[in-house]
Amino acid sequence: MHELGATIAAAAGPAVQEVFVERGQELVLRATREMILPLMAMLRDDPRFAFEQLVDLCGVDYPERAERFEVVYNLLSLSLNQRVRIIVSTDEATPVPSIASIWVAATWYERECWDMYGVVFAGLTDLRRLLTDYGFEGHPLRKDFPLTGHVEVRYDEEQKRVVYEPVALTQDFRNFDFLSPWEGMTTLPGDEKVHLVRAERGQIEGPKA
Amino acid sequence: MKARLRTNFRGAPAGRPEIGMSGSNTQDIAWNREALPPGPAQDAVVKGITGEIEEKGFVIANLDKVVNWARTGSLWPMTFGLACCAVPMIHAYMARYDLDRFGIIPRGSPRQSDVMIVAGTLTNKMAPALRKVYDQMSEPRWVISMGSCANGGGYYHYSYAVVRGCDRVVPVDVYVPGCPPTAEALVYGILQLQKKIRRTGTILRG
Ligand code: SF4
Repeated sequence: MHELGATIAAAAGPAVQEVFVERGQELVLRATREMILPLMAMLRDDPRFAFEQLVDLCGVDYPERAERFEVVYNLLSLSLNQRVRIIVSTDEATPVPSIASIWVAATWYERECWDMYGVVFAGLTDLRRLLTDYGFEGHPLRKDFPLTGHVEVRYDEEQKRVVYEPVALTQDFRNFDFLSPWEGMTTLPGDEKVHLVRAERGQIEGPKA
Repeated sequence: MKARLRTNFRGAPAGRPEIGMSGSNTQDIAWNREALPPGPAQDAVVKGITGEIEEKGFVIANLDKVVNWARTGSLWPMTFGLACCAVPMIHAYMARYDLDRFGIIPRGSPRQSDVMIVAGTLTNKMAPALRKVYDQMSEPRWVISMGSCANGGGYYHYSYAVVRGCDRVVPVDVYVPGCPPTAEALVYGILQLQKKIRRTGTILRG
């Protein structure tokens, strides 16, 4: 797996910024956004890699980063039985080159990613929403999108149609603490010693990974 | 056939004819409870009816009772499986619970359906379509809301994409609770709906 990563990095040159193996079994490449198209074409067509299939494409939102979105591509080579994950990052405005010309399957994935995160894909001919309601506003999987959204529907007897209204919750969202009072109480009276011992042991053994 | 006769037509003995359409406001609302157990008494009634048909060629019964009998005996549901709840609904249709024996046959067209079983999560995107299907069903029509999602949003109550209860969109007659309700629960809900129809159903439009 490390070999494969090194081979790809050598073959791709500056398109690959970083290669690492996650959890000992998943090969991950960080790639430059602008050079994703030639990189993907090479991964599909080079007989050493032969990634015939795009298994998945998704987005991730990290609001604290300057380039807040990541687009993650998972590739599978059926003939060589190997997988690779490629990550590029972008922000709200910068488009990512569409790879729909390389794997047609990417069309829907990219539409979904646009729908959920608002990542723009350059060169995608059909940049419509895929999953959310017709006329939906916003990108619901962004971390700053409110859970309940902005509109709700109901049937209006006078207008004889389903109408949209601003959300009015009859009951506010509640976060439940499922700890029982026994578990929730960190130190029971009389238990102080146990906790002291545990803390000591923790210092000796170091924090758990 | 015997069972149907037993529960629904009381033979009108000579000299005490029942007149059609007169029974809608009489006190015998729970007429199905007057069912006779199998035995000589039931046989006598059946024989009486058979004799009457042979003699006169017709039987007299309360028309709205007959109509209710027909309605409850052939509740054709509009299949509206929207999510996981559709699976127990399918179980209820299949051989084990066999809704066919109640005359319940799933239809693919709203024009032929009497009852809509909203089985699953109703999303905002689906709501206009659900209402359209409901509007296309012919009167009289009923709605069974199946599962937490259809009853009140369920897990997705606070979601940006889910209708908080399908009663925001269509009027619901029977709510079947559960996530998902078992097939038995759905069958029970349907039996409750039959009971409701027997109690409230009239030929006149409400
Ligand atoms: S009530 Fe439960 S089983 Fe039924 S559709 Fe909702 S989540 Fe699925």
